[in-house]
Amino acid sequence: MRKTKAQIIDEAGFERTITRLAHEILERNKGAENIVIVGIRTRGEFIARRIASVIERVEGCTLSIGSLDITLYRDDLLGKLEQPQLKGTDILFDLNGRDVILIDDVLFTGRTIRAALDELIDLGRPRTIQLAVLVDRGHRQLPIRADYVGKNVPTMAAESIRVHMREVDGEDAVLLMHPEIPE
Amino acid sequence: MPLQSRHLLGLDGVKREDIQLILDTAVSFREVLDRPIKKVPPLQGKTIANLFFENSTRTRLSFELAERRLSADVLGFAATGSSVTKGETLKDTARNIEAMKVDMVVMRHSAAGAPHYLSRVIEANVVNAGDGAHEHPTQALLDMYTIREKLGRLEGLHVCIVGDISHSRVARSNIYGLLTMGARVSVCGPATMIPREIEKLGVGVFHHIDDVLPHVDVLNVLRIQLERDAGRLFPTIREYHNFYGITRQRLEKAGRNITIMHPGPINRDVEISAEVADSEDSVILQQVLNGVAVRMAVLYLLSTKN
Amino acid sequence: MQILLKGGRLIDPVSGRDEALDIHIAEGRIERIGRSLSVSSAQVIDVKGKIIAPGFLDMHVHLREPGFEYKETILTGCTAAAAGGFTGVCCMPNTKPAIDDEAVIRTIQSKARAALDGLVDVYPVAAVTAGRKGEQLAPFAELSGAGAVAFTDDGDPVSDAEIMRRALEYSSMFKKPIIQHAQDMPMTKGGVMNEGFTATALGLPGMPAVAEDIMIARDIRLAQFTGGQYHVAHMSTAAGVDMVRQAKARGIRVTCEVTPHHIVLTDEVVRSYNTNTKMNPPLRTKEDVDALRQGLKDGTVDAIATDHAPHSFDEKEVEYQTAPFGIVGLETAIGLVITELFLKNVLSLSQIVEKFAVNPRRILHLPDVKIGEGEMANLTIFDPAAEWVVDPQAFKSKSKNTPFGGYHLTGRAVGVFNNGQVYWA
Repeated sequence: MRKTKAQIIDEAGFERTITRLAHEILERNKGAENIVIVGIRTRGEFIARRIASVIERVEGCTLSIGSLDITLYRDDLLGKLEQPQLKGTDILFDLNGRDVILIDDVLFTGRTIRAALDELIDLGRPRTIQLAVLVDRGHRQLPIRADYVGKNVPTMAAESIRVHMREVDGEDAVLLMHPEIPE
Repeated sequence: MPLQSRHLLGLDGVKREDIQLILDTAVSFREVLDRPIKKVPPLQGKTIANLFFENSTRTRLSFELAERRLSADVLGFAATGSSVTKGETLKDTARNIEAMKVDMVVMRHSAAGAPHYLSRVIEANVVNAGDGAHEHPTQALLDMYTIREKLGRLEGLHVCIVGDISHSRVARSNIYGLLTMGARVSVCGPATMIPREIEKLGVGVFHHIDDVLPHVDVLNVLRIQLERDAGRLFPTIREYHNFYGITRQRLEKAGRNITIMHPGPINRDVEISAEVADSEDSVILQQVLNGVAVRMAVLYLLSTKN
Repeated sequence: MQILLKGGRLIDPVSGRDEALDIHIAEGRIERIGRSLSVSSAQVIDVKGKIIAPGFLDMHVHLREPGFEYKETILTGCTAAAAGGFTGVCCMPNTKPAIDDEAVIRTIQSKARAALDGLVDVYPVAAVTAGRKGEQLAPFAELSGAGAVAFTDDGDPVSDAEIMRRALEYSSMFKKPIIQHAQDMPMTKGGVMNEGFTATALGLPGMPAVAEDIMIARDIRLAQFTGGQYHVAHMSTAAGVDMVRQAKARGIRVTCEVTPHHIVLTDEVVRSYNTNTKMNPPLRTKEDVDALRQGLKDGTVDAIATDHAPHSFDEKEVEYQTAPFGIVGLETAIGLVITELFLKNVLSLSQIVEKFAVNPRRILHLPDVKIGEGEMANLTIFDPAAEWVVDPQAFKSKSKNTPFGGYHLTGRAVGVFNNGQVYWA
């Protein structure tokens, strides 16, 4: 059981961060014409949809939105006794030549993003892949960096970031949790 | 969430949750098969031995494809005839393969119970690709996947298996799997080809196909073994075709759209007419592609650290 | 050597005795039988709570020698018999060469005399047909003269009705029975277990009960027609029991035996794919088991014989369909019969002694064992209350192919006396 150390983002802050990220994406890509949105399951997908709906509202367009299940590409399963359940990848549009905005909730070691990159390359040849995350908590183990960051939160390795989302948890919040108390 | 057993020896006794998990996982792998790069890495570094003691092109190729798509290394043994005639026992063959640090063994054998025996003498995971007339679990799983894909569900559907039931492992595995998933199952065939007391498994038994077709949602047509059975279990191919052959006329008489399945290879115009095999209600080709996805799901879920 | 068996209960159906009696045996001969004996020169063996019975005779044993000594030899087989409480066995002719020649009989007899100093009587059962090929009658006169007590092609049936007719006629001249392994071969081709629901569920090719029944039906008619003596080996079906019952009622000279495993196990155990559940005739259904037990109870079934069929470990360590048929039985017979028949009130101890010791000899026209002062001791001593766990590795038999490993049984042989020898199990 972990105990909450601090609330990093509250309900209102959540929505503002989403909106800002959406605008940053639009700014850098000079509009929404060539971008496609891909959210990493599970919570990255919901964040992706929210960012996408802001973009769609602002630009008055419809975006291609997909979700990525990186389970098959994880590098940390070699030692495990069982294969985890698959959630399914749903990308029904062509990635070739597009600017993929890859979206996840928390950027930590970078291994999830590495897996996502490998899977995206297997799915097609995007023009660019840009990474947007709600929270960057540091402690990278691979040379991965985000293009768009909601909030930089320095953490201890043993602490954890918990992202609550209305769609799954009934509220919007980002919490910093103390390290796990050993039994 | 793992499967209950580290082997897939059959569907008899396999819980509903496990079948559900395999079918759901197969959905993800079916998607992989539509990608430009049809390969994913989860079994990288794993070695899978395909021990086929019975001739089989399609099942062997399907498993091989599934294994390669998962990035596993594949060892193929296509041994014609029983290992006993070659002088080496099944046990020794298996032990030798295991000594080469194989992680999983996919085996097809003419003796029922051979995979069960194998799972007792080697450490690797064992997948039954068909043992005698006993079971062919991956075939039944891909059949159920295909039905679910076409009709949206399994529960409450009436599935009829027609043909030589007594010698059919496809029939048995389908019976076990479909009943577990809540479908209603019937078997249809000449009395000489229906095994004794099969109704005790919970299936309906019919000898006249026209009686059962009007009530059927899915028809799984089994191949008639021409070489073995003509003259003994049924008189001629002509008679079989007239009495049990699935033709357009017969289906029209049934008065409903019946999904048509066949494990292959088809004896065109014996148990099924070419027209029906190629019709819109036929999912025979989908079965083939789904077979790769289902086998990928099985191998993925079974793969463990040794 | 002098031995005083003290405190035991003598059950001898032949003389009608069932009472607590001490027995003094000197140099293999019964010196005295009485109550509260005391003999200073004798070694006293306390057999309180144990049963002393005429020596058990297992009329269906495969000793495998000559030809298959890697499975069992006459020495190891006789040792297993003694350990199981038997003073006599009938050995089956499916050896290599088959017992269709007097030379083979002489070889077997000499080896039997050397085994445990001749403790176990080995009665050869000779082949019905030359080489057991089913084509020509074997020389019954010669074989009978050399010591054969009966004729069978066991392992295989005598399929040809003409041969069976002639065999019944010819053997009656020597007052020896024809023992038939009843099995219609075309119907059971490729079969490895009983045909029924379990076989359907497992997809294993079956041998239907009717394939055994039609041969018993045919042979009973032939026995009636010829007046010959016919004995059904290892009977396994309910219909078989019915037919034998009716035949006996009509005065036809038919007898039969059952094995302990056929009255204990059903084909359900095959689900384990344990090749030690594979034998011929196969394990059948509960209805058959119940009918066989009823047959034992009402006297239709005359004898219990194990069909002891040793096979090496490697031979049985294969796929079910490839494994050879047969299990060992000498060392579990008494335990199974006590546990499943005596403790379940199917047979009394006296009836069990009849099935093991009295009836087999009568079927084979061997003299009854006499337990009386002056007679050579031929005794089986067993403990009907001994509780033990079956450990196949501890078997005296060379082969350990039994499905009963780990079973908790009640009833066990203690020792046997015969031909001047004694063996303590």
